[in-house]
Amino acid sequence: MQVKAADRTAPTHRSPPERRTRSRRRTPARRWTSRKAQGLAYAAPTAVFVTVFFVLPLLLVGQMSLSDWPLLAGDRGVNAPKNYTDAADSTLFWPAVRFTLLYTVIVTVVLLALALLLALLVQEFRPGAGFFRTVYFLPSALGLASASLLFWGLYSPTTGPLSSILESLGLVDDPVSFLGTSTSALLSTVFLIVWKFAGFYMLILLVGLQRIPHEVFEAARMDGASRGQIFRSITLPLLRPSLALCLLLCVTGSLLAFDQFFILTKGGPDNSTVTVVQLIYREAFQRLDLGTAAALSIIVLAVLLLLNALQFRGLRRADES
Amino acid sequence: MGSTAGPLGHTRRLVTGAVALLAAASLVTACGSGEDDSGGAGGGGGAADATGTDDGAKLTMWTRAATRPQSEALVKAYNASHKNEIELTVIPTDDYQAKVGAAAGSKDLPDLFASDVVFVPNYTSSGLFADITGRVDALPFADKLAQSHIKAGTYEHKKYVVPHTLDLSVLFYNKALYKQAKLDPEKPPTSLSEWDQQARAVDALGNGVNGTFFGGNCGGCGVFTWWPSIWAAGDEVLNKEGTEAELSSDTAKKVYDTYRGWVDDDIVAPGARDETGTTWTGVFPKGKVGVMPMPSTTLGLMPKDLDLGVAPIPGPDGGRSTFVGGDAIGISATSKAADQAWNFLAWSLGDKAQVDVVAANKDVVARTDLASNKYSDADPRLVTINELVTDGHTPYALKFGQTFNDPNGPWLTLMRNAVFGDETKIEKDNEAVTASLTD
Repeated sequence: MQVKAADRTAPTHRSPPERRTRSRRRTPARRWTSRKAQGLAYAAPTAVFVTVFFVLPLLLVGQMSLSDWPLLAGDRGVNAPKNYTDAADSTLFWPAVRFTLLYTVIVTVVLLALALLLALLVQEFRPGAGFFRTVYFLPSALGLASASLLFWGLYSPTTGPLSSILESLGLVDDPVSFLGTSTSALLSTVFLIVWKFAGFYMLILLVGLQRIPHEVFEAARMDGASRGQIFRSITLPLLRPSLALCLLLCVTGSLLAFDQFFILTKGGPDNSTVTVVQLIYREAFQRLDLGTAAALSIIVLAVLLLLNALQFRGLRRADES
Repeated sequence: MGSTAGPLGHTRRLVTGAVALLAAASLVTACGSGEDDSGGAGGGGGAADATGTDDGAKLTMWTRAATRPQSEALVKAYNASHKNEIELTVIPTDDYQAKVGAAAGSKDLPDLFASDVVFVPNYTSSGLFADITGRVDALPFADKLAQSHIKAGTYEHKKYVVPHTLDLSVLFYNKALYKQAKLDPEKPPTSLSEWDQQARAVDALGNGVNGTFFGGNCGGCGVFTWWPSIWAAGDEVLNKEGTEAELSSDTAKKVYDTYRGWVDDDIVAPGARDETGTTWTGVFPKGKVGVMPMPSTTLGLMPKDLDLGVAPIPGPDGGRSTFVGGDAIGISATSKAADQAWNFLAWSLGDKAQVDVVAANKDVVARTDLASNKYSDADPRLVTINELVTDGHTPYALKFGQTFNDPNGPWLTLMRNAVFGDETKIEKDNEAVTASLTD
């Protein structure tokens, strides 16, 4: 259209109508520019925030991971790939990887199963449902560090009440060492996490459950489907998006586990509960070696990105099928 | 949730998720940025004004929770009698190293900071403290200061710190329980085997009473309470440079075996195996433990009705020693008020502060010439502790924290193998300790 208009008029002489169209054409362009500027202005604070607090630190971590960088002395120049080999050579590295994975599997299975059970229990509007929803959700209102500290106090064999309560009830004969063996330490921590997060995941699943139209259930019931059939063929498939979200959050959160173990076990007893993020902390603040800590962070980051990408792909495929 | 988002929603969530992960992973960097600038600026090792400046400056100071009462008492007395004003921040003991490290990286250290004396070599070698050689030497009582602290704070012939609070490991024993167990309450153990006998005698009382206690999952407790028994026999735990461990010697093994026996025969109070150091000093004051090593700084905090005696920690066949721990304090290299900060340090070591604040709180004085004072003379237990300062050791190693205090470090592995686990691994564990010291 524009080309045609230009062809019709002589190159040396501009007719008034053409000028009009040009100026008219300029108006939306100017509007567009101002809209663009407006958009930029809206986006700028976030962009600046993300750059300063995310992109730049990330680049710095990358640089650190390639440099000899003691916490107290600062950058001493590139030493790649020593930090990465050091990180992988550490005697704690592979046990920590194994433990983190084991912990993630246990927590994810137990937590999601329990959350689903709780969601199903309080799904209907029955008398008292609101009360129980609140009760189940309440632990989520607590910070993880505070909750860990609370449990540390409860578990403590010297100052905690739990062991003596069990003793006085006659359930056990000797003081229970909740954090004393590798198995009991792991289970005690899993218990804390399940107590703390079950309500949160219950809430997500509850929202998912309530999005399933009532008619579907009714139709199934009219067709004579049993409760088990309804659960398997209707509830679970329709709940998949919510379950997927829970799975993703739970796996990522568990792989990054730190606070609970740092407070409850400090990686003990006998280094049996050291998680990967604890290793990062240890390199940075016990061994004062930021370089190796950064290398570990990058490794964890890469693994998590990969894992999440795989999870997404799997879920999408499941959605399509 | 996801049902309406579609494929774009997935991508967006992937991106959001990635952003969250990256943010988590980059947390570490928030704490350390730094050009290499380790030269001491504010101190001025040459300035030899013994008392510093008191001109109404506002000073900041950090200390760790473990020595809070001592630091607070000194700062309170100083603020009440001087124009300068110190604002004291107490940091949880376990987080102290991390906090100092992070602050050093971003040059945010306070004017004054105390440190567990065992970490001092790491800080002096990294240039965190200002050189105060001239100032220290100008003190009239310079040679009477607790030398183990001064030695720990001397790096390449320059002095960087002075003693702040002294914390010695000593035996506390419960005289009431001793009487019940038909032991002489005036005869505390003079050797590890006597200690063993007495602990077992008290333990035999039963009824919730135990012979002894120790922090079995706490590396710092181990160095503090076990090493004196090795020193008492005349042995060393580290070489002079702090680069080689000698923790599998015969003496060391004898010490470990005694503790192992207490564990095997249930002489220790419950919880020793799990004790990470947070509550290990809270067991004795309950009055159900016969005899155990304790920090001298807790003497003033014991219940009034607890009849307790104090004795030096003995070696396997006698002798006595102690771990001269506690905090040393220096002026940070980046402080702009070094003269004012020194005013506090010089005052804190003077007769008045040492006697009327430190000794009055039943704490160990930082000067050997004040070991006997009006407060200690009234309490023979304090004399026992004060006199130990000269028999005591402060181990020196640049990599002390990551080797001995790290809950996932090699020393704790050795400790636990020696007492709870496979004691045949001690030689190998000792090699791991050496490897960490030279890391």
